[in-house]
Amino acid sequence: MEDLKKTPLYQEHLELNGKMVDFGGWALPVQYSGILEEVEAVRKRAGIFDVSHMGEIMVRGEGAMDWLNSMVTNDVTRLADGQVMYALMCYPDGGVVDDLLIYRFSGREFLLVVNAANTDKDWQWLNEHKGEGVELENISAQVAQLAVQGPLAQKVIQGLTDENLDAIRFFCFARDVKVAGVNCLISRTGYTGEDGFELYCAPAEAGKLWRELLAAGRADGLLPCGLGARDTLRFEAGLPLYGHEISRDISPLEGGLGFFVKFKKADYLGKEALLAQKEGGLKRRLVGLTMVDKGVPRAQYPVLDAEGNQVGFVTSGSFSPTVNANVANALVDSAYTEAGTALWVEVRKRRLEARVTKLPFYKREAKK
Amino acid sequence: MNIPQDLKYTKEHEWIRVEGNRVTVGITDYAQDQLGDIVFVELPAVGDEVESGDGFAVLESVKAAADVYAPVSGTVVEVNEDLEDDPALVNTDPYGQGWLAVFELAEGEDLSELMTAEEYQQFLAEQE
Repeated sequence: MEDLKKTPLYQEHLELNGKMVDFGGWALPVQYSGILEEVEAVRKRAGIFDVSHMGEIMVRGEGAMDWLNSMVTNDVTRLADGQVMYALMCYPDGGVVDDLLIYRFSGREFLLVVNAANTDKDWQWLNEHKGEGVELENISAQVAQLAVQGPLAQKVIQGLTDENLDAIRFFCFARDVKVAGVNCLISRTGYTGEDGFELYCAPAEAGKLWRELLAAGRADGLLPCGLGARDTLRFEAGLPLYGHEISRDISPLEGGLGFFVKFKKADYLGKEALLAQKEGGLKRRLVGLTMVDKGVPRAQYPVLDAEGNQVGFVTSGSFSPTVNANVANALVDSAYTEAGTALWVEVRKRRLEARVTKLPFYKREAKK
Repeated sequence: MNIPQDLKYTKEHEWIRVEGNRVTVGITDYAQDQLGDIVFVELPAVGDEVESGDGFAVLESVKAAADVYAPVSGTVVEVNEDLEDDPALVNTDPYGQGWLAVFELAEGEDLSELMTAEEYQQFLAEQE
């Protein structure tokens, strides 16, 4: 654990008895009180996560918008100031470099929030393709990030700020907001499928913000939540994880993210290959699987047809506490994607029956 | 960490209760704490013959599957069917209602390698 990178909240995690693990070179808590309890807190009340390991890259300059638009699948020109967009950065062959959030400060200033494990790769990729009139700055080390998620997230944060959080709609943000006296960028975004916010602040103030939020949320049943709960929540809500549902070898179309891949926009890396995939018909697609037989499907387990031929593999799998079933995402041959189709997952050499299920497994009722 | 005096222990964090030529096996409090919430238990069938060191059960936590290795050689004579409906018993009562299986020891099975409670406590201290 000594050689690992530590977030500004490392000491807080130890004091809360977080079970620390090596997560892509970062020392982070996989859980505090227990994954099931933490998932339930976020679904019913609220949870707070340290996501300071995420990477942050600033894109500035006259050419910032058009260049960024040439690097990602979604249409950056449709973003207004104060809005956030989910997008994917692709290789020319349609494989994924990373998925990211794009915050528009102005037409010539954007913040990219990228996966921790991909930050160095993304930084290199962006620099290799950097256009005219564009400046890049990797500010990952100067930014701490907390996520407060769950139906009571707004109530908890509102108690610590004068900013009217109702005014921050889904996938919008405000800058220079004081929360518990700490200067934050705050967005109504998250990775749990619940309402909630992500707060970015200076590392030196992250501890104070964390402690104040924990204290403010205690009466409402807010719990500190680890990586285990985060992964379970995102998986239940149908949110992709790089290296699982999308990767160097799995395109965003195959991974079920076609909504974020626009073709009626200027050229971008991967556009031609993705268009060819779409027009030629996808050979494989992401589906949900719900186990009929007892057993837990896990990433990389083979998916078989009735005759035992492999027709795909599991990308993420787990017991889902919210739907109370063993479920999986799987990338399967397009002939087997209709809901209700019987497929089998090979779990430790045993073939367990499953049914194709519509994704996501969990969807909250209303969105702000 | 709860380590009952009347049980034997292995380096794989299992406990064994010896009663004549029958032994009951489960995982220790330390092991359940390390695994986190158990959501599914895969048990052997009664009548299965198991060699010491073989995986005889699988405990699935939310995030991962963990094999449980047989601490002895023998025949499975009983399994804890309550775990099918309530796998969390392994977490809440690892030395009691969370037991996994009962084995009838193979002929000439030697239990002298198993640790006492004191030895296991010492072993845990060295792991930290």
